[in-house]
Amino acid sequence: MKKYVRGTAIVGVLTLAVAACGSKPTDSSSGGSSANKDFKACMVSDSGGFDDKSFNQTSYKGLQDAVKERGLTEVKAESKSDNDYTTNMTAMVSAKCNVIVAVGFKLEDATEKAARANPSIKFAIVDSAPDPTKGGPIANLKPLLFNTAQSSFQAGYLAAAMTKSGKVGTFGGLQIPTVTIFMDGFAQGVRYYNTQKSKNVQVLGWDDQKQKGLFTGDFEDKAKGQNNAQNLITQGADIVFPVAGPSGLGALQAAKASNGKVNAIWVDTDGCISAEEYCSVLMSSVEKGMDVAVKDAVISVVDNKFDNTQFTGTLQNGGTAIAPFHDFDSKIPADVKSELDTIKADIISGKITIESKVQPKAS
Amino acid sequence: MSPEEDTDTTVEPAPAAPAPAQEPERSGLPSWAIQGLVSLSAIVLALVVGAILIIVTDDQVKAAAGYFGAAPMDTFSAAASAVGDAYKALAVGALGGITPISESLTQATPLICGGLAVSLAFRTGLFNIGAQGQLIAGAILASYVGFAWHLPAGLHLIVAILAGLLGGALWGGVVGLLKARTGAHEVIVTIMLNYVAIYLLAWLLTTSTFRRPGRTDPISPIVDGNAQYPQFGGTRLHAGFILALLAAVFVWWLLNRSTVGFELRAVGANADASRTAGMSVGRAYIIAMVVAGALAGLAGTQQVLGTDLPLTDGVAASVGFDAITVALLGRGTPLGTVLAGLLFGALNAGGLQMQLITQTPLTLTTVLQAVIVLFVAAPALVRSIFRFLPKERGIGAVLAKGWNG
Repeated sequence: MKKYVRGTAIVGVLTLAVAACGSKPTDSSSGGSSANKDFKACMVSDSGGFDDKSFNQTSYKGLQDAVKERGLTEVKAESKSDNDYTTNMTAMVSAKCNVIVAVGFKLEDATEKAARANPSIKFAIVDSAPDPTKGGPIANLKPLLFNTAQSSFQAGYLAAAMTKSGKVGTFGGLQIPTVTIFMDGFAQGVRYYNTQKSKNVQVLGWDDQKQKGLFTGDFEDKAKGQNNAQNLITQGADIVFPVAGPSGLGALQAAKASNGKVNAIWVDTDGCISAEEYCSVLMSSVEKGMDVAVKDAVISVVDNKFDNTQFTGTLQNGGTAIAPFHDFDSKIPADVKSELDTIKADIISGKITIESKVQPKAS
Repeated sequence: MSPEEDTDTTVEPAPAAPAPAQEPERSGLPSWAIQGLVSLSAIVLALVVGAILIIVTDDQVKAAAGYFGAAPMDTFSAAASAVGDAYKALAVGALGGITPISESLTQATPLICGGLAVSLAFRTGLFNIGAQGQLIAGAILASYVGFAWHLPAGLHLIVAILAGLLGGALWGGVVGLLKARTGAHEVIVTIMLNYVAIYLLAWLLTTSTFRRPGRTDPISPIVDGNAQYPQFGGTRLHAGFILALLAAVFVWWLLNRSTVGFELRAVGANADASRTAGMSVGRAYIIAMVVAGALAGLAGTQQVLGTDLPLTDGVAASVGFDAITVALLGRGTPLGTVLAGLLFGALNAGGLQMQLITQTPLTLTTVLQAVIVLFVAAPALVRSIFRFLPKERGIGAVLAKGWNG
């Protein structure tokens, strides 16, 4: 009996507490720009899902930004496996989307098929361009590619200039072009530093000429990232460059645990924002501006300015860049900073050419 | 008892199954009927758990709960509509018309074959955790034959399917051989061979033999039209589904009507007794794993020859692992596996629609599937919630031992 009394008392108090706070909002909350509510901006993820802290998530942010800015209606479809691409793409077409953004090269077949079958819908695809052997560009499909080798080249130069041990390390998630392009650029940036300064800084974890190196085997497992980073650190690297999405966070843990001996450079987004807790070990990040590219592509459709020319994110157009130095701003010498600016200008002007087979071909 | 008997007939619409001889149970219900009831109850419970998850994550419910005191009914109506909309979308996406049904069946196809691969091994007393690897091996060979060879229509498809069966059978056969000859534990060997298959596939996709011409991404060409399963109408459903059903019939025949199958079941029930009775236990292990591997390989052909899917590192998705849960839910019988595969296929297909219409995260269907299996594996738990369920002998023991108790 006692129990019941207590229970009732608790419920009573809770009711009062709940009743005291909050009142029903009135229904006239339709503020903002709702001019484009009929415009459906849609996105299909690849099997990584929208919460992958990597390219799906960044691309999705671009969609959200566009939706917010123009008051569009957002529809998203996550793919759980490779089986779902065609199904999700078909569903997006029947949902009468105005623009459909596909994330990742794995969706290429499904996207191309849907684009050819539905010429009135605009499509964009991240990290993939229509197969030249299958008829080339499609009028309503815009490829969004990123030459991150350019910004990684700067990151490699920065790492070479800052290392005290004379060794820098990198590792990837899987050996796929969208990963090795970072590692190629990084390794060549280090080599460029060596020839400029007659030094011999070594790159561990990736040989860009033999295309062989260190990989975690997935993009999820932090422990594997930490192991790989520890491996590099044991071999003498004091700057690590993990190109493995969330798995790479393990490398940042390893760096943080070294108490300032080891530092890191992050990829895809500015690590000081996306992985704030590790900002103290991050010298910089190689940004891949998928959010901006997706946002621009969606808005171009809203404004009736869509074109199918391939977007290639470069240093020149800001589609890829190295992020601010944050905590390291005071530690990086001014002449290194100015050399990085020179390198940027030289890459843009073509004075420095980066050799990487996986760079997106110019449109 | 009669209302329950009525429910049974709806639960198990096809009693063409090898209904085991009706043992004198305390409840008077045949054991397959009780199993069906437990499975159905598990599904109901899973839907309840899913509903709770939908409610606590729904934005509108959250908003309404913010002013719960002022208008409490708003919270309840928001919750009801959130759950109602989501499950309606799930049902419509799985069963609401020709296209949804064909999608469900398409998704179910590899799950059925994979589930059979696990079930058959279970019945022989082997835990085949390697359906994933066997499936990948099958997919590799089938897809290679599909895009690299160019044979006439009809023949090409048959050769590609046979290549897939061969790939799976080899991958599974190695396990059986190691188990029979050296006593290596099949769980460890199959898990390790999964990794071997996954990384073999990843490596093959970097070679020019498998990589699509003109591409640097790890993606293979799509197989020739001649090597693709014929599709039904404008849907994605393909003839692989028929093969899956035939495979189920074959497994039923093998287990229940053939001498070999009798030996397999005997070995599964008690390997020592079978050896004493003069059966070759090693032979049974090898046969079971070769056939199981071929069944998983068949699932692999359905991935690459059925649904326009090129060979990528994700070609197997999680089919090989979902197959284990399908086999668990199907309780190791061919009919049960087919029904469980259909249920999971429907959940997968419906889940995609659910996230489109109500933006419910896709992982909810994964949770539903997991909770169903959890309850099926814990019948005592189900019975403590649904008191009316009759007692059943040894189901827990069956699941723990592998369906031979």
